Amino acid sequence: MSEQRKAVALISGGLDSLLAARVIQEQGIHVEGINFFTGFCVEGHTHAIRKRDQKKEKRNNALWVAEQLGMKLHIVDIIEEYKQVLLNPKHGYGANLNPCLDCKVFMVHKAYEWIKAKDFDFIITGEVIGQRPMSQRKETMPIVCDESGAHDLLLRPLCAKNLPMTRPEIEGWVDRNRLYGFSGRSRKPQMALAAQFGIEDYAQPAGGCCFLTDEQYAVKLKDLWNARGSKQYELDDIMLLKVGRHLRPSSRFKVIIAREEGEANFLQGYRKRYPHINTVSHGGPLALIDGEINERDIELIGRVVARYSQGRNAAEVELRFTDLSGDSRSLKVVPMPAHQVPKEWLI
Amino acid sequence: MNRRIIDCRRLLCPMPVINVQDAVEGLPAGDQVEAVCTDPGVLKDIPAWSRINGHRVIEAKSLGGEYIVIVEVVQDSES
Repeated sequence: MSEQRKAVALISGGLDSLLAARVIQEQGIHVEGINFFTGFCVEGHTHAIRKRDQKKEKRNNALWVAEQLGMKLHIVDIIEEYKQVLLNPKHGYGANLNPCLDCKVFMVHKAYEWIKAKDFDFIITGEVIGQRPMSQRKETMPIVCDESGAHDLLLRPLCAKNLPMTRPEIEGWVDRNRLYGFSGRSRKPQMALAAQFGIEDYAQPAGGCCFLTDEQYAVKLKDLWNARGSKQYELDDIMLLKVGRHLRPSSRFKVIIAREEGEANFLQGYRKRYPHINTVSHGGPLALIDGEINERDIELIGRVVARYSQGRNAAEVELRFTDLSGDSRSLKVVPMPAHQVPKEWLI
Repeated sequence: MNRRIIDCRRLLCPMPVINVQDAVEGLPAGDQVEAVCTDPGVLKDIPAWSRINGHRVIEAKSLGGEYIVIVEVVQDSES
């Protein structure tokens, strides 16, 4: 009786990784999924925060895929280790701050460490040659194999026929004839294969799953690094970049203003770690202050916060400023007229 | 049976799921992990993770703005 072979599939939650895992399951291989959390994964965070989005159906697509395929899923926190990938990408960035090729190398490397520790045989990804301009090209495929250390233990079932034989194929663990030769940006072959498997519901094909590909988010992250004078971050920093309106009236500080109730509730959780301003006399947002401020700054920030409150047209708005030690005091300001808020303050 | 309570307040998914996964690892069958969370997404995500990994959700509820999910280990958790 032949040995039961085991593979781990990198599961993003999208269609390609779902299909890759399914194709290998079809060949009798035991497949488990692995999903890496960098902190930049989109995965419904804005849905979780913003009240208006909370009624929308939300699911973790990686978990959903695993459940559809009847396989275990291991979610791995790589937030700390990922910093080196983002801060020093050997292969550079894509259109924004997305270090896609280094990211893929890193994730396959982590998967390789995982299969060695768990006594699995090989790794599967949903990569397709030509699918992504930076990380999924014919030239980058061997780079991922070599630099990750996985070498011929990395199998891409959706485009394997366009690539050299891997060990699972050479050893006969999988039948190369039952793998695929997809290439290019068209999604039609994947959709046809999904239909063949009877899979009708899947996450938006080729949808971005990483905030680092988002231009606006990248601008905020660069601003954070510039303001701090170093390219460092913690999880809370990158989570806060997903929330609220960010304004930088000075190089010394920025203000994060909740845009709605859900965001205000989320920012409430940070009150003890940032000086903040609440609106008292009118309905209005909670605002966190990130950086160094003086007395004059507090009034300026108060006027900006009042501009985003329901008292924006009132002669005066009362606010409450609370410093880091928890001491608070009342603050009465004239709301800043919209036209006086310089556009360059908005990050 | 032991029950371990983990504080997942302010964490957004999948961090509460990861914390439950880490807390469950190595526990014997019958032990429980109670996650106290503020992201409503846990009411779907932790049960989904439990189902696919062979564990049982004893309770998943909303309580005063927080979300409590209790998972019972069904099979000794190794991998």
